[in-house]
Amino acid sequence: MNLLKGRLFSILIPVISVVLALIIGGIVMLASGYQPILAYTSLFEGIFGNSYNIGETVRQMTPLILAGLAVAFAFRAGLFNIGVEGQVLVGWLASVYVGVSFDLPKIIHLPFAIVTAAVAGALWGVIPGFLKARFKVHEVITTIMMNYIALYMTNAIIRAYMLAPGERTKDVKPTASLASDFLQTITDGSRLHYGIIVALICSVIMWFILWKTTMGYELRAVGFNQHASRYAGMNVSKNIILSMAISGAFAGIAGAMEGLGTYGYMMINAAFTGVGFDGIAVSLIGANNAIGIIIGAALFGGLKIGASNMSSVAFVPIELVDIIIALIIFFIASSYIIHWLSNRVNKGGKL
Amino acid sequence: MDYVIEMRNIRKEFPGIVANDNITLQVKKGEIHALLGENGAGKSTLMNVLFGLYQPEEGEIFVKGKKVTANDPNVANDLGIGMVHQHFMLVEKFTVTENIILGKEPTRGGRVDIKSAANEIKKLSDQYGLSVDPHAKIEDISVGMQQRVEILKTLYRGADILIFDEPTAVLTPQEISELMQIMKKLVREGKSIILITHKLKEIMQVCDRCTVIRRGKGIGTVNVADTDPDKLAAMMVGREVNFKVAKTDSVPKETVLEIKDLVVEDARKVNVVNGLNLEVRAGEIVGIAGVDGNGQTELLEAITGLAKVSSGKIMLNGRDITKLSPRKVTESGLGHIPQDRHKHGLVLNFTIGENMALQTYYQSPYSKAGILNYKTIYEKAKSLIQEFDVRTPSEFTPARALSGGNQQKAIIAREVDRSPDFLIAAQPTRGLDVGAIEFIHSKLIQERDKGKAVLLVSFELDEIMNVSDRIAVIYEGKIVAIVNPKETNEQELGLLMAGGKKEKVGGFQ
Ligand SMILES: Nc1ncnc2c1ncn2[C@@H]1O[C@H](COP(=O)(O)OP(=O)(O)OP(=O)(O)O)[C@@H](O)[C@H]1O
Ligand SMILES: [Mg+2]
Repeated sequence: MNLLKGRLFSILIPVISVVLALIIGGIVMLASGYQPILAYTSLFEGIFGNSYNIGETVRQMTPLILAGLAVAFAFRAGLFNIGVEGQVLVGWLASVYVGVSFDLPKIIHLPFAIVTAAVAGALWGVIPGFLKARFKVHEVITTIMMNYIALYMTNAIIRAYMLAPGERTKDVKPTASLASDFLQTITDGSRLHYGIIVALICSVIMWFILWKTTMGYELRAVGFNQHASRYAGMNVSKNIILSMAISGAFAGIAGAMEGLGTYGYMMINAAFTGVGFDGIAVSLIGANNAIGIIIGAALFGGLKIGASNMSSVAFVPIELVDIIIALIIFFIASSYIIHWLSNRVNKGGKL
Repeated sequence: MDYVIEMRNIRKEFPGIVANDNITLQVKKGEIHALLGENGAGKSTLMNVLFGLYQPEEGEIFVKGKKVTANDPNVANDLGIGMVHQHFMLVEKFTVTENIILGKEPTRGGRVDIKSAANEIKKLSDQYGLSVDPHAKIEDISVGMQQRVEILKTLYRGADILIFDEPTAVLTPQEISELMQIMKKLVREGKSIILITHKLKEIMQVCDRCTVIRRGKGIGTVNVADTDPDKLAAMMVGREVNFKVAKTDSVPKETVLEIKDLVVEDARKVNVVNGLNLEVRAGEIVGIAGVDGNGQTELLEAITGLAKVSSGKIMLNGRDITKLSPRKVTESGLGHIPQDRHKHGLVLNFTIGENMALQTYYQSPYSKAGILNYKTIYEKAKSLIQEFDVRTPSEFTPARALSGGNQQKAIIAREVDRSPDFLIAAQPTRGLDVGAIEFIHSKLIQERDKGKAVLLVSFELDEIMNVSDRIAVIYEGKIVAIVNPKETNEQELGLLMAGGKKEKVGGFQ
């Protein structure tokens, strides 16, 4: 009787949002004199059309999954970690530092670089976590500030200690690289690297921690109701700090994906990478759960890659693609409207 | 007919449960109509259907003789139906006037006209004897006053049919009798009222008729003048109910809890517990009687490790627990049924099973090496649900979806099942139906008979007198008298609670 309800509904919301966004995007394109059908087919081809595009989409997904996990993990514990961006940057630099400066066998060097990135991201997350737990300073403020500190600090460190020609660091050693000839060959020379495996493993880890461990049980309890958690003898401060640490670790690994995978070095960033902010949207689309986040990252990554095809084939400006992405997020964020609409529909005729 | 409200054959289902099954409710103009039923019987659901928050699967609703279609809260407002929710929906930082006009601000020349609104509110308040100050801030006024603001809010929006969902559960006895007066005044002025309450005394006092529902089904409507509490209780539960708890005399043994010269400060650095001494022995129930705000909350928080103790000592089983963390205190043998079940007792978004593991999840067999064993957790929950008669579709249902009484039973199941040496029960029967109250009292007594020590804190003097073996009267942060429930009465207790001196034990009999 009820058209959209419960579990089905939570899956349907993103789908409906995407469809609505595409329709409105189409109308906007029509109005501005572009051909929506051609644009969408070229978007689709830009994502799935050939193995190169698929490779690039997956590559783009990788850090987005991890950033999404980071945001979602903190969110489950009731914290809004806007600092993923900064945690990505410090993780990126940490991974590149290890990748450049050590000489180790791959089996040690690569994990070592990733773990160092995780630790760096975690430390960057712990600071606002601690301030929140100890002094009740709101994490939204502190994490935003930590983003700026991370951006300028990583730039300064590269400039002072790690500069190579081209406003960037040296390349990481092959023993620390995620790049794969095999993956590049089968995807026609895309920049696809092994990082996607790391991201998928991290998704499983996130799911496992949240739903299978006492730690996750505590984090979720604290996220839902701090008072009751304290009454039940949980250490709320510890859980806040811990969740920010794990969240930051995921973000740090996202940085390592760029540092050891996509680029193999770190450049001086004039502005934020956007990975951390996109992570907020990805976790929103994914309703803070691991599988949803993978799907959300695929959608996001796909749109970003497909966008260039859309503009080159259908001559739709890149900005319009950004508008469509924004519309999708907008519709998901206002899922309340869809709820409301569905209630209207369900009610029709009866009482 | 001249019914202001007529709900015919209403059916409302939730996943796994039929909350309203063919219920009919007819309310006459100018009456106070009671809606009575066990916890989870479907009263709130029925009212939410009337108010337009839920859509029924079947049935018809007539308001003032007109059939209502496409209902939602705005339509309900337009029809003159107002609801006073149990959990107030007020903005703390706003004044009374600002709260009342919120969403319906009168404007004058494009600006909100607070002044004339305040005047109108003052007029309404005087008309119904509410004595609300339109300029007071919500955070500065008492719970009873806040409730009156909710009443004013509905009146201001032009409601002439008022729904009260368990309005007295959060009030002190004094505030309750004032509310009863207000309700009488409201109907005298032509309003109609639907009152949900578990307190039969209140129904007998103010209601004209009473509709009883049991497990989602309508049982019938009776004239209050033609019935009595026993009959009402039997109608609602489906069997005879004992109001007087059957219990033998206590056989107290060694001291389990010992509090010496306890001082606890509140946030404003006032000593709200101020040199308190108390002992609770194994095999007895000590009841704490007192007017709200005399240090009860802080006393409990100090014992449970949630509040910092300024000075003094708390011993549990001969062990000093004054400075222990809540978890360590719990592990030393404490069970705690907290006063505010939504805020402190449950994680509402967790399932019932997860909630029942809230104190034990980190121990074997519920987890090993940090990995939860959901199978055991849910098996345990399932058996507790049976044993404590928690009415829920399953152990996987979120706690939020349970009725208030069943949420409370879930907490009690969790705390009692661990079989702690010392059990604190704070307002354990607030908002519970008579059948559930009987059940919970018998559980407390059963724990006592097993040789456990029980500390009962309640604002209900009936409950304190019925269940306790000794009564400790708390006043301004001290225990000012210990009396024997068999040798005292409500008057004497009331006097002591107000700071009066005790002449001699049982001096009023
Ligand atoms: N939103 C919901 N989703 C699922 N089940 C619900 C929901 N609301 C109520 N129920 C179920 O419907 C039944 C009736 O609940 P309701 O809240 O109407 O009871 P009640 O008579 O008001 O009880 P109480 O006296 O304890 O407040 C209960 O079994 C409850 O678990
Ligand atoms: Mg109810």
